[in-house]
Amino acid sequence: MPCIYICGECGAENEIKPKEPIKCKDCTYRIMYKKRTDRMIQFEAR
Amino acid sequence: MAKKSKENGSSSASNNNNKQDQDGLPDALLENQRTRVRVGNAGNENTRGIYYSGAYTSLGYDNSFSLDKFKKNFKINVLSDKPDHLVFEMIGVDAPIANALRRILISEIPTMAIERVFMINNTSILQDEVLAHRLGLIPIKVDPKIFNYKEPGKEYTAEDTLIFTLKVRCYKDANGETINGTVLSKHLTWVPTDDQNEMFPNEADHPRPAYDDIPIVKLRPGQALEVQCYCEKNIGREHIKWSPVGTAFYKILPEISVSDKVTGEKAKKLKQSCPMNVYDIEDSGKAFAARPMDCTMCRECIRDPEMEPFVKLERVRDHFIFSIESVGTIAPKTLFQDAIKILIDKCSTVENSLNTQI
Repeated sequence: MPCIYICGECGAENEIKPKEPIKCKDCTYRIMYKKRTDRMIQFEAR
Repeated sequence: MAKKSKENGSSSASNNNNKQDQDGLPDALLENQRTRVRVGNAGNENTRGIYYSGAYTSLGYDNSFSLDKFKKNFKINVLSDKPDHLVFEMIGVDAPIANALRRILISEIPTMAIERVFMINNTSILQDEVLAHRLGLIPIKVDPKIFNYKEPGKEYTAEDTLIFTLKVRCYKDANGETINGTVLSKHLTWVPTDDQNEMFPNEADHPRPAYDDIPIVKLRPGQALEVQCYCEKNIGREHIKWSPVGTAFYKILPEISVSDKVTGEKAKKLKQSCPMNVYDIEDSGKAFAARPMDCTMCRECIRDPEMEPFVKLERVRDHFIFSIESVGTIAPKTLFQDAIKILIDKCSTVENSLNTQI
């Protein structure tokens, strides 16, 4: 399963493979965010 | 309750004794102690009611509880009746009963509220769990009596759950106006399951939030929300979101008597000392309590030891001013009736269990 991260600077989606530097391919920014799951999440309304 | 009072009435041989005044004690001081709570500088006096049936036997007064006496003295007087707020006086009832009703109103009348939230998409700045909590607090307007309590661990059924969906996307329209900048409770749409459409034949009875304009989240253009909400029936003791009242409280009727000696400068001083503006000055220069209902018993008027002997702050022990503010789902009058029914149920449970023990 490809591991996709979102760039903190430009918002582009990046696929980063193991041992690869953590770096945006578009803008070289080094802060990446995880994507939200596409599954449903259950919460208790309390 | 009814049975208990009957027993009391027959067992006390008081019918012969109380030929004298039924409505109070002959001694003014004792009568004051029996019916009033005194608020003084050093603290409150006579806070505890006298319940012992034979407390005043020697004075020829029957202090036992009897249903007839209760029926004669009990009175309910509505002071203000708005759709969501009811204020009434309840006279001739003991504090434990009034307090039981208050507690039942707050925590034991069942309602429906969102309990499970399924997040499909949430790109707003509000975290999922905070959003879920906010959704839970929205009052849902349905008749809770037609629903069952959900059994834990069992599947959801049409008889115990209501489903709402919330699917909102914020965007800019052709004029550059932001649409759906605030997600409101009116965006919650009811999704009938199974035969739920037949449960609510009238359009007006359809389940919906009590108010249409409750803000849930603010969105910026491009942000979206897709949520499914499952409502369950429960009571306020489990979580306040199921409480049908915003506040239900009572205060005991304040009674303020000002001595005739408070005149002139002293009267002015008394009027000024009260932050609630309870006192006024008569044309004769005498001070009197014009608005005793506004009194919060802050004791500011008797803080000066010079004033204390002239002002008497009291509360009428069996006179309650009840205020019920509904959250918008059930009318306050119905709530109070429901509370009484629940109290009666509780009493009969106790009665039955006592009877089966023997």
